[in-house]
Amino acid sequence: MKRTDYTAVGETLYSSVLPSGLPVFVLPRRGFAKTFAMLAVHYGGADRRFTLSGATFDTPAGIAHYLEHKMFDTPEGDALLRMNAAGADPNAFTSESMTAYHFECTDRFEENLRTLLSFVCQPYFTQESVDKERGIIAQEIRMYEDAPDFVVYTDLMKSLFSHSPLRDPVAGTVESIQQITPELLYECHRVFYRPSNMALCVVGDVDPEAVERIAGDILTDGPSELPGRDYGPEEGPEPVRTLTERRMEVAAPIFMIGAKLGPMKTGPEAQRDRLAAGLALRCLCGPSSPFYIRHYSDGLLNATFGCDIDHGAGQYVVAFEGETPEDPGAVLDALREELYRIRKDGFDKALFLRQRRAAYGGRVRALMNFSGVAAGLAGGCFAGFQPMDSFGMLSSVSQADTEGWLRDNLDPERLAMSVIYPKED
Amino acid sequence: MKEIRNEILPGVFLTCLQTDKFKTGLLSVSFLTRLCREEVSQNTLIPSVLRRGTTRYPDMDAIAARLDSLYGARLEPVSRKLGEIQAVGFWADFIDDAYLPETGSEPLLEAVAELLGEVLLSPNTRGGLLLPGYVESERKKLLEDIRARVNDKGAYSRYRLTELMCAAEDYAVDVLGNEDTAGSIGYVALTKRYKQLISTAPAEIFYCGSADPERVKRALRDALFLLPRGEIDYDLGTDIRMNSVEEDVRYFTEEMDVTQGKLVIGYRLGECMEDPDPAAIRVMNAVFGGGVSSKLFRNVREAMSLCYYASSGTDILKGLLFVVSGIEPESYDLALEAIRRELDAMKSGDITEDELRTAKLSLASDMRTLSDSAGLLEGFWLSQNLQGLEYGPEELAALVEDVSLADVTAVANSLECDMVYFMRGPEEETDEED
Repeated sequence: MKRTDYTAVGETLYSSVLPSGLPVFVLPRRGFAKTFAMLAVHYGGADRRFTLSGATFDTPAGIAHYLEHKMFDTPEGDALLRMNAAGADPNAFTSESMTAYHFECTDRFEENLRTLLSFVCQPYFTQESVDKERGIIAQEIRMYEDAPDFVVYTDLMKSLFSHSPLRDPVAGTVESIQQITPELLYECHRVFYRPSNMALCVVGDVDPEAVERIAGDILTDGPSELPGRDYGPEEGPEPVRTLTERRMEVAAPIFMIGAKLGPMKTGPEAQRDRLAAGLALRCLCGPSSPFYIRHYSDGLLNATFGCDIDHGAGQYVVAFEGETPEDPGAVLDALREELYRIRKDGFDKALFLRQRRAAYGGRVRALMNFSGVAAGLAGGCFAGFQPMDSFGMLSSVSQADTEGWLRDNLDPERLAMSVIYPKED
Repeated sequence: MKEIRNEILPGVFLTCLQTDKFKTGLLSVSFLTRLCREEVSQNTLIPSVLRRGTTRYPDMDAIAARLDSLYGARLEPVSRKLGEIQAVGFWADFIDDAYLPETGSEPLLEAVAELLGEVLLSPNTRGGLLLPGYVESERKKLLEDIRARVNDKGAYSRYRLTELMCAAEDYAVDVLGNEDTAGSIGYVALTKRYKQLISTAPAEIFYCGSADPERVKRALRDALFLLPRGEIDYDLGTDIRMNSVEEDVRYFTEEMDVTQGKLVIGYRLGECMEDPDPAAIRVMNAVFGGGVSSKLFRNVREAMSLCYYASSGTDILKGLLFVVSGIEPESYDLALEAIRRELDAMKSGDITEDELRTAKLSLASDMRTLSDSAGLLEGFWLSQNLQGLEYGPEELAALVEDVSLADVTAVANSLECDMVYFMRGPEEETDEED
């Protein structure tokens, strides 16, 4: 395996691509009791329309997530229980662009890794088992529909996009999952669950060569044609609607303000872009920014405020979210005003320098989160870059890069807002 | 990784875990006081107000600039409920000296300890009183947090069960308090409570990181030498109620704007709390509803497709067990019956060898995993120190491995159901949907 040392942060990364096309990353952590392993598939909620060998497939919203639920079924029973009986804590998640199966254990790592790799490679569905899952997933969807954070996000995506699959929640709706059949699940598995469309990431006190060997034993398919993803025509920069409002049983208005940032880049260019974006948002409205502190102090914002960049379906999206005891329109106005001010004056130099320093510390701290590190390695792999290189790159991201990113991407006139107001008495 | 515990000032105990395993160091200070309705909101408010400004760093901008320059070190107010003890103070984390990118940087442990001491002991005051503007601003945010509890229906249903079930006990309140207790706090009273808290409450300090205990002790003594120490109030503890409040189980249903119902059941751990065996209680909970192999998950969620989640949890300090489940409102009776059936199986010892082995295995693994996280170790040792227990995660894992089937059924038979709480959508609407 290829060894790369990141001495400044005390890490050594082992990586390779197996004959099957599977990328493998191992970050050894000596002295830790637990090991975390994740097998990520580059297939998520947004990958609903695709082409393979000339044929076009249109699948219902929620199918990637449904597939995730059913993958744990094996002819020998529930893989979740088998791994649990071997001392592992297994789980899975589906995002817009990724399905990931993972476990953590303190013992019998190799046995558990074998189980994980085997069940993800071998679909086993029956009409009965697929039907039974529908009730459980419908309950999961109902739980989300009662969660204001989820609803405000879904409303924002529908406000921003005219046709992108990002408009629909990852889990789909109670209606859309009615169309899911065992045949469709098999089809999607065959198309996307290819070793060259996955990444295996392991963090813990393990032998990298052993991980590589086990993966080579189990994932034996050779590289194959990968599907073309069709997210429809490129979205224009304007939101579909600038304001979406509704009422739920919440205490105070909950808002989410967002913007489309244009098509996703790949490779080191994407990495620099993301670093600049992260710094720009930190300086603009991060927890130690003048904007946040001013509006925390005057009562417009509270500690629920935050912002983040999402990437899925070939698209970047930025979202600012929080709760306010006042008029959410005032938050939008304040944010817009701050964006105009920075477009004109730029960031204060001292502010930029200390934010970049803090961002470095934040990245070092994030290395302690095993599952976050593994998901980052997989996400970077799918986007064509190595996230560990960020430590070296960060100091070369300049104030001009950061201000440039903000000017090029965040147009104060192209923001959309979704709000959930409390119910009227 | 051996913990070293010292009393560094009267009633101030420092627990130090020296390890170079982590890339960050963690430092926390918790003042311990009785959890009670009258003071709970005030206590929670104190660290938030202190965090707004000090004599040297008069406002949030100044504190933020200082923390950013310390490579994004964090210093956050914290208020926790441990049984009927409230622990209030701060926790901080900062990157380890070994990973500072520039040579000649100031050592972060001393810098963060100094800032912690400054925030704790030298607040920005006028005429010796906390600034009315800061108090008022944080009080409003506390009220916002109290009102926002309703936003997360799962957490809110658990909160409501506790409030209703333990209505006559101090345990009924959570650390935020309620609109009454938070609504009337003024800056004069809060200043008085702040001074009383820091001079009379015992304090637990926790450090985990690469520095040796002598260096940590020195840094903290330097940072806290102004800490006033009066007569320390050690009269702290949790009143454990063995039996349910009434002879029959109490039922409580509440309507809210939800599509998924939330079923929460509260049990007293009962007589086993006379001489509690924490390992046996944990294993019992794990077999019953602790994870994917538990009876509740497999038989209530999976086998009956009744709900998206069904699990149980305990508060060993208070002697309680909770079952939580998200269900279709029409499945209420079925779910309740299914949960009862699983508990009956626990009581009669209808537990397979596999169930017991898996529960012990995953619990022991969880315990060992504690030592991989500075944050989890902090919570673990605070709880151990409050209970006067000296053993670490590894010893607890070994105790878990020794638990027998008889130990588990004994705990199950000691359980007493006290209250069933159900949150559901308005009745008419769900009927229409059918």
